[in-house]
Amino acid sequence: MTNELDIFVGNTTLIDEDVYRLWLDGYSVSDAVARRVRSGILEQTGATAAVLQSDTMDHYRTFHMLERLLHAPPKLLHQLIFQIPPSRQALLIERYYAFDEAFVREVLGKKLSKGTKKDLDDISTKTGITLKSCRRQFDNFKRVFKVVEEMRGSLVDNIQQHFLLSDRLSRDYAAIVFFANNRFETGKKKLQYLSFGDFAFCAELMIQNWTLGAVGEAPTNPDSQVDDMDVDLDKEFLQDLKELKVLVADKDLLDLHKSLVCTALRGKLSVFSEMEANFKNLSRGLVNVAAKLIHNKDVRDLFVDLIEKFVEPCRSDHWPLNDVRLFLNQYSASVHSLDGFRHQTLWDRYMGTLRGCLLRLYHD
Amino acid sequence: MPGKLKVKIVAGRHLPVMDRASDLTDAFVEVKFGNTTFKTDVYLKSLNPQWNSEWFKFEVDDEDLQDEPLQITVLDHDTYSANDAIGKVYIDIDPLLYSEAATVISGWFPIYDTIHGIRGEINVIVKVDLFNDLNRFRQSSCGVKFFCTTSIPKCYRAVIIHGFVEELVVNEDPEYQWIDRIRTPRASNEARQRLISLMSGELQRKIGLKVLEMRGNAVVGYLQCFDLEGESGLVVRAIGTACTLDKLSSPAAFLPACNSPSKEMKEIPFNEDPNPNTHSSGPSTPLKNQTYSFSPSKSYSRQSSSSDTDLSLTPKTGMGSGSAGKEGGPFKALLRQQTQSALEQRGGSPHRFCKRREFPFFTLTAFPPGFLVHVGGVVSARSVKLLDRIHNPAFVGIMGNTRSYKLLDWNSFNADEPETRDAWWAEIRQEIKSHAKALGCHAVVGYSESTSICEEVCILSASGTAAVLNPRFLQDGTVEGCLEQRLEENLPVGCGFCHIPYDELNMPFPAHLTYCYNCRKQKVPDVLFTTIDLPTDAAVVGKGCLIQARLCRLKKKAQAEANATAISNLLPFMEYEVHTQLMNKLKLKGMNALFGLRIQITVGENMLMGLASATGVYLAALPTPGGIQIAGKTPNDGSYEQHISHMQKKINDTIAKNKELYEINPPEISEEVIGSPIPEPRQRSRLLRSQSESSDEVIELDLSHGKKDAFVLEIDDTDAMEDVHSLLTDVPPPSGFYSCNTEIMPGINNWTSEIQMFTSVRVIRLSSLNLTNQALNKNFNDLCENLLKSLYFKLRSMIPCCLCHVNFTVSLPEDELIQVTVTAVAITFDKNQALQTIKTHVEKSLQRASTDNEELLQFPLELCSDSLPPHPFPPAKAVTVEKASPVAEGNFRNRSAPPCANSTVGVVKMTPLSFIPGAKITKYLGIINMFFIRETTSLREEGGVSGFLHAFIAEVFAMVRAHVAALGGNAVVSYIMKQCVFMENPNKNQAQCLINVSGDAVVFVRESDLEVISTQQPTANCQPLCTGGEVTT
Repeated sequence: MTNELDIFVGNTTLIDEDVYRLWLDGYSVSDAVARRVRSGILEQTGATAAVLQSDTMDHYRTFHMLERLLHAPPKLLHQLIFQIPPSRQALLIERYYAFDEAFVREVLGKKLSKGTKKDLDDISTKTGITLKSCRRQFDNFKRVFKVVEEMRGSLVDNIQQHFLLSDRLSRDYAAIVFFANNRFETGKKKLQYLSFGDFAFCAELMIQNWTLGAVGEAPTNPDSQVDDMDVDLDKEFLQDLKELKVLVADKDLLDLHKSLVCTALRGKLSVFSEMEANFKNLSRGLVNVAAKLIHNKDVRDLFVDLIEKFVEPCRSDHWPLNDVRLFLNQYSASVHSLDGFRHQTLWDRYMGTLRGCLLRLYHD
Repeated sequence: MPGKLKVKIVAGRHLPVMDRASDLTDAFVEVKFGNTTFKTDVYLKSLNPQWNSEWFKFEVDDEDLQDEPLQITVLDHDTYSANDAIGKVYIDIDPLLYSEAATVISGWFPIYDTIHGIRGEINVIVKVDLFNDLNRFRQSSCGVKFFCTTSIPKCYRAVIIHGFVEELVVNEDPEYQWIDRIRTPRASNEARQRLISLMSGELQRKIGLKVLEMRGNAVVGYLQCFDLEGESGLVVRAIGTACTLDKLSSPAAFLPACNSPSKEMKEIPFNEDPNPNTHSSGPSTPLKNQTYSFSPSKSYSRQSSSSDTDLSLTPKTGMGSGSAGKEGGPFKALLRQQTQSALEQRGGSPHRFCKRREFPFFTLTAFPPGFLVHVGGVVSARSVKLLDRIHNPAFVGIMGNTRSYKLLDWNSFNADEPETRDAWWAEIRQEIKSHAKALGCHAVVGYSESTSICEEVCILSASGTAAVLNPRFLQDGTVEGCLEQRLEENLPVGCGFCHIPYDELNMPFPAHLTYCYNCRKQKVPDVLFTTIDLPTDAAVVGKGCLIQARLCRLKKKAQAEANATAISNLLPFMEYEVHTQLMNKLKLKGMNALFGLRIQITVGENMLMGLASATGVYLAALPTPGGIQIAGKTPNDGSYEQHISHMQKKINDTIAKNKELYEINPPEISEEVIGSPIPEPRQRSRLLRSQSESSDEVIELDLSHGKKDAFVLEIDDTDAMEDVHSLLTDVPPPSGFYSCNTEIMPGINNWTSEIQMFTSVRVIRLSSLNLTNQALNKNFNDLCENLLKSLYFKLRSMIPCCLCHVNFTVSLPEDELIQVTVTAVAITFDKNQALQTIKTHVEKSLQRASTDNEELLQFPLELCSDSLPPHPFPPAKAVTVEKASPVAEGNFRNRSAPPCANSTVGVVKMTPLSFIPGAKITKYLGIINMFFIRETTSLREEGGVSGFLHAFIAEVFAMVRAHVAALGGNAVVSYIMKQCVFMENPNKNQAQCLINVSGDAVVFVRESDLEVISTQQPTANCQPLCTGGEVTT
C-alpha cells in the first residue's frame, strides 16, 4: 500500500514556521523529516513518522507554489490563490529574504553574476549552508539588485516598496546592493574579522553621505541622465577628494594640524606618545585613501586600505577604542582651525563618514 | 420577463507573458452571453491592462438569464496568427435575479484555463435590469431563492414547508462525442464546463418552476449532482425542499401572489395527539419484507430485502413483489393519517398534476422547533442499474427551440414515456416512502440521493430518516394560536422525537423498547439511527464523536449483467456488515444514537467499498447501551478461554475509557422514583455476528453461522477476529480534538471565531498480489485512520478544537486505486469555558430531568431560526441555556495584523456548516455552484499527481472566494465539494480532474461588530464587512 497522492488544502493556507525554516535552509523532505523527528515532535503529538512525512511533503509543496509569488512580494499580497493572513504573509516574505551571516560575508562586494553563482558550491562546502539555500540567498540578492539598481530615490525605500521587507532587512539589502554595485573588497584575510553588520553600518554611512542622493539636490530635470542616486558614489565628490592631499603634502599644514591635535589631546589619551609618534603616518594614510578614491580599483580596496593604514597601526599600539574616538574627533575638528585650508565642507563630508566607519571597524 | 444584462470590463492584472519577445501581452476580452459576443479594444503591451470598456448590453429572456452563464474570455492579440486564449471566467448571474440577493457583481475574478490553471485576474462589473412581466405561462422562475443550507436559513422564517422537489436533465457528454477526437483537450474541457453550467442553470430554473407551482418562493437544502455516465451521457439531477420563506427583517411582508393558501387547507384542524401509543394498536399487520430499517433494532433485520426489489438489472416494473401489502401498513395513529392527508392535499393543491409524484421527503437535516415530532429510523434503498444510452428527445437539444414542449413535459410527466433515469429514481423514492410507512411514519427527513458508477454499472442510493412531522408547518403558517400552544405543551420536549412512531405491539422489526428515560411516559427504542442533525432541543449526555464503519469486498471482474448481478448479490452482505460495525462501534463508545448517518457504497472494477459515517451521541432519553460480550466457540480450551477473556477485558476497558473521554455519565435514576413499568433488564447485547431471533433472511445470508448458537461469537473465525480487531484499532483522536460529521457537536458550545475549512485527498495503490478481503479491509481502514491522524496533526495548533461536518467520500478510480476525499471544518473552542460548563453540568445533572422540561418550555415558539444570535449549540440542558449567550468574541485569538501592507484581498471564509461561529449572517447573496475541469499534459513538471491536485483545489477555493467577494459577500456557508473525479495516466504524463462545489454566499457580521454598528447606525446591517485587518487561521 503506497500513497499515490496525498494532499491537504486549507481555505486559509497553513504555514508551519518550523517546516518553512527547514525548507528555506534547503533540506530535502527526508532530511527535514529526520530533523523534525529529532526535535521530539512525535513524542509531543503522538504522531507517526508517516504522518510527519505527509505533513512535510504538503508544506514543501505549498512553499514551492508560493516561491514564485515570493519572488515579487507585492504579488503575494494581491494574489487570490492562497488566502494567507497579512501577518503570515509578512512572515513568509521576511523569512524568505533573510540570509545567513556566513553566506553574505562570502558574497558581499562580489559581482552578482553567473560566475559567482558557480562558486556557490564552494561557499556551500565552506559555510556548511546547503547549496539550495545558498542559491536562494544569492538569487534574492541578485533579484533585489536588478530591481533597484536603476531606480531613483532612496535605496532603502525602493527595496521596502518592492519587496515589502522590514526596515532592518531593507537596510541590510541596501548595503548588499551598495557593496555589490561598488564591488568593495571584503574577502581578504585581513578583513575576515569584520562582520556583515560592520560593513552594513559603513554602507549606510556612505549611502547617506557619499552618494549622489546624499547631496540632496534632486535633479530638476527628471529626464536628465543622472546616475543612480543611492547606489553609485558621487563621482564629483570623489574627484574633489584629491584636494585634501594638501593636508599631508603641505609640510606646514601637516605640522600645524599635528600640533593642534596634540595640544588638545595632551593628557587625555592613554596612548598619547604613540599617537604623537604616529600622527603623520596616520594622517597620511587617511588623506591618501581619500585622494585615491577617484580610481575604481582603489574604491574597491577602500576597506583593505582603511585597515592597513589606520586600524592595524593603532591596534598594534593597543589603542583603546575610546582613544581612537577622541583622536578621530579631534583630528577632524582641528582642520577647521587650519587657516590655509579651504576645503572644510569637503573634509567634513569625507571625514564625518570615515570617522564613523573607522570606529565601527576598530575592534578585534 | 425579459431583462437587460450589462457588463463592463475594467482591468486585468498579473496576466501571463504571451509574447516571449517582449515579455508582455496584448490582451483583449470577449464577452459572450447566449449567442451575442462583444469585444474590448486590444490593450497593447501590458501585463496589467486597463480596458475600462463601455457597458456591453445584452437584451435577453430571463429564461436565458437563468440558464446561461456569462462567459468572459481573455485573449492575446496576434497580428499574424490566431489569437491565443489566456483563459476564461464563467459568471453565474443567477444571484442578480432575485431581489433580496446581490444587486451587482463586481470584483477581481481569476482567469482560468483548463490546461494552465489560473493565469492572472480580471476586474468585471455585471448588472441586470429585469422588466416585470406577469406572464402566467412563463418558463423562467426568476425570484425563487435557492439555498444549499439544509435548514431554514438564518434571517429567514419558514411560513410553509411545502416539500420535495426534484428534477433531472440529461445530455450527451461532450467528452464522448465524435468531435472530441479532433478537438483539443482545452476545447473539449471548455465544452464540458459550459454544458454543465447550462444544464445546472436549466435544472435550477425548472425546479424553480415547480416551486412556484407549489406556491413556494424558495428551495432549501438544494443538492445538485452530476452523474458522469461516460458513453451513455451526462445526467444533472437535483433535489431540494420547497418552502415559503419570509425575511425576518420584514416580518409582515407576505408574498403577494404566491402565498394565498387555498381554502381547504385553512380549514383542516389538526387535532394532534402527540402520544400515539395511547391509542389502541391497530390490526396486527404482518411485517413487510420491504422494511429496510436500520434503526432501532439492536440486531440487524432483513438487510437483504430492500435490495431484492431494487436490484433489478433491467428496469422492472415499479415496485415488485411484496409492495402490495404496504398500503395497509401500520397506520394507527390519527395523527399520522391527518398529516398524511395534509401532505397529499398540499401535493394535490390547485394543479393536481403533481399529486401522483408527490413524495413526502425533506432534504432538511435541521428543523424549526416543534417541526419534528417523532423519528422512526433510517430508511434507505439501493438499486443496481445498467447504463445505456439515454433516449430523451425532449432534452437533447438544450439550446434548441423545444422549450414550450419541455414545459409540458414535466407537467404531463407520466403521460409520456418516462425517461429511464427518472423512472429509476421514482422507483427508489417509492421504496423509501413505503419503508417509512412501515415504520409508522408519513415523512422522510434528511433525505439524500447518490450514485456510484463504474463502467456501465450504476448503483443508485437514497436514504433518509423516517419521521412524523408536525402538520402545522406543512400547510398555511397563519393557523396559529391555542392549538399550537397546546401542542407545544403536550410534547415532551427534548425527548419527544425519540419516542417510537410505530405500534409497539406491531413493530416492523424486533427491538427492545423501554420507557423514555426522560419523560417516562412514552416508549423509546434502545438505539436510534438517523440521517439528520441532532435536534437542537435534544437532551444529550456528554460529547459526541465521529463513528465510521469501513468495509471492502472483492468482486470478480465481469461484464454487464453478470457484473450487475454480482454487485447485487454482494450489496446485502455489505449493508449487513456495515450496520454491524456501526452498532459495535457505537456500543464501544458507550453511546446509543447515531446522527447524520451516511452510508456510501462505491463500486469499482474488482471491488465494492462501503463507508458509513455518523456522529454518535448519548441521548438521555434512550437507555444506557449494554456492553459487548464475546464468547468462544470451543469453551473447553484453556488458553483459548484466556484469550477470549483477555479480549473481553480489552473491550470493557475501551468502553470505560470512552465513557470517560466523552464525559458520558448519565444520572442514575432509581426506578422506584419513576414508578413506571421497569424496563426489562438490559441484556448485554451479544452483538458480534449474533443472529436476531426472528429473522430468516440473516440465516439465509450467512449460512455458516446460521446453525450455530445465535449468541455465541466465534472468535476463531477470521472475520470475527478481524471485526474485533478493527473495533480496537480505531484510535481516539488526540486530546483536545473532537470530531463529528454533523453541524454541531453536542457538549461544546463555546466556539471561537477561528475556523479552518479544508479538503484533503488521498489515493493509495493496492499491491495487486492476491488481495484478500481481509487485507483490503485493513488497507482501507488504515487509509482512513491515517488520514484522520494526519488531519489531527496538521491542525494541532488549533487545539482545543472540533472537526465538524467531516465528510468522507470514497471512489475507486482504477483497479488498484482507492481515493478518499475529506472535507471538514476545524473550529477552535474555548477550553476554559468548556471546563466550566462541564463542571456545572455535573453539579446540575441530577436535577436535569426536572429542569429540562421547565427550561425548554420557554422556548420561543416562533419558527424563526435566528431570533437569537446564532448560538449553534442546543440549549439541551438548563446549563446550556445559561451558557448560550453569545460566545465572548475570540478577539484575543485574532492575532492583530501588523501593518504589513495594503492588502486588498478581503478574507472570505468557507465552511460546510450553515453558520459562522461568533457571527451573524445578515444576508444571503445566492447559491454558488461551480464546476471546473483541469487537465495537464506535463504532470511531472507540475509536481506529480499531488502537486497537480493540490494546485487545482487551491485554485478552486480561490475561484469560489473571488465569486463570493464579487457578490459582496465575505463567506460561503454550507459549502460542499460534491465531486472530485481524478484520473491520471502517469505513463503519458497526463492527468485530469473534475471538481464540483457548491454553497451559499453570505454576508456575515461579527457579533462584536454588530453591537458597535447597532449602536451607531441601527439600520445599516447589510453592509458587507470585508474584514480587512482581521486575521483568521
